[in-house]
Amino acid sequence: MTTTIAATADEAVAGVEDGSTVLVGGFGLAGMPFDLIDALIRQGAGELTVVSNNAGNGDVGLAALLKAGRVRKVICSFPRQSDSHVFDELYRAGRVELEVVPQGTLAERMRAAGAGIGAFYSPVGVGTPLARGKETREIDGRAHVLEYPIKGDVALVSAHRADTAGNLVYRKTARNFGPVMATAATTVVAQVTEIVPVGEIDPETVVTPGIYVDRLVRAEARRLTVQGAR
Amino acid sequence: MTAVNTAPGTGPGPVEHTDRGPLTTDELAARVARDIPPGSYVNLGIGQPTRIAEHLPPDAGIVLHTENGMLGMGPAAVGDEVDPDLTNAGKVPVTELPGAAYFHHADSFAMMRGGHLDVCVLGAFQVSHHGDLANWHTGDPDAIPAVGGAMDLAVGARRVLVMMKLFTRDGAPKLVPACTYPLTGTACVSLVHTDHGLFAPGPDGVRVLETYGTTVARLRERLSVDLLP
Repeated sequence: MTTTIAATADEAVAGVEDGSTVLVGGFGLAGMPFDLIDALIRQGAGELTVVSNNAGNGDVGLAALLKAGRVRKVICSFPRQSDSHVFDELYRAGRVELEVVPQGTLAERMRAAGAGIGAFYSPVGVGTPLARGKETREIDGRAHVLEYPIKGDVALVSAHRADTAGNLVYRKTARNFGPVMATAATTVVAQVTEIVPVGEIDPETVVTPGIYVDRLVRAEARRLTVQGAR
Repeated sequence: MTAVNTAPGTGPGPVEHTDRGPLTTDELAARVARDIPPGSYVNLGIGQPTRIAEHLPPDAGIVLHTENGMLGMGPAAVGDEVDPDLTNAGKVPVTELPGAAYFHHADSFAMMRGGHLDVCVLGAFQVSHHGDLANWHTGDPDAIPAVGGAMDLAVGARRVLVMMKLFTRDGAPKLVPACTYPLTGTACVSLVHTDHGLFAPGPDGVRVLETYGTTVARLRERLSVDLLP
């Protein structure tokens, strides 16, 4: 379906159902879709499974969604950080489930979902607790573990600029998980700092083609950095 | 440093630097930097290994990879250079160098897992004498597990160097016969750079390549691993 442009972030996240799996872009706060998450909090969907690299920073973005009590489970690579106090408290109180996935495996499992791959064998994690209970196979003399795709009902990503056809370009390391998540969910919502007419983005520079993007909304960049990072 | 070569038998033996103390963190970072060949693509793990960048010769053509999607990473950003869209794997704002490239996470880890990175340097809780690595989780029931890219790096980079203190604050050795902490990867570590010595783990056990402020004989007394003669 062609991309629709929403007037507000609330309109962009309309219809997210309780129990959905939501892919949330960003690495720390770089590429975090703040406005879409705030709108999702107002929208009210709960019992969510959130897939993201981290489990929230400070009290904004994903941390705010957690704090609002809407998240049942987090699938991520790196929950514990200098400013992950919201998640830490919920986890220690037993109020949120955690699945830790190696970062590259997390990305590849979503890539597989978007690319129609049934499952894949990876050497990452073999012999560690994260491979426990998973099928393994020796390929070319090396042990591999079977990993299944992660598909989202919804993906919330942040990009730099879009055209009205939904083609996206990103900015620096804020790109991170955005392009992969945009392929891996039934409904993909992107917030961008600028929406330009078609023809104004050089087709050679498009990172996420509009075919992947269902809804677009314009939102200001918040320019936040992780506190206490070192 | 005055080197005393105490080679037992044939072949080059360990170089014992006994006229000095253990390496400081800065000296250790400089020592690791000397093991990174010119022209390498390198990932420096979060924490202490990031300090190695300060010791890489600027003209050596070494390109830094950060797993959040960049090659050609420059030093930490200061003042007006800070851009929230440009950070390293530790979420610290950094800069870009001429020739830099950005890519998404699946590509970033494909280049890692696919064996395209020459070297990565990681911190560690423990390394076993066969080169098993434990650096992501203490296994403490109260600890929140967080792996990040450590397992991908341990398996993917062509050479995995560890940079760590040889002993914990309580004096327990971190180079051990078998890791007691949960593993990050098995038989993946090429070299273990520490403040007291440089070690090469392998299928037959650990070889000592250099010592700093100590001797192989004294290390043998303090470590429970067998050091190869």
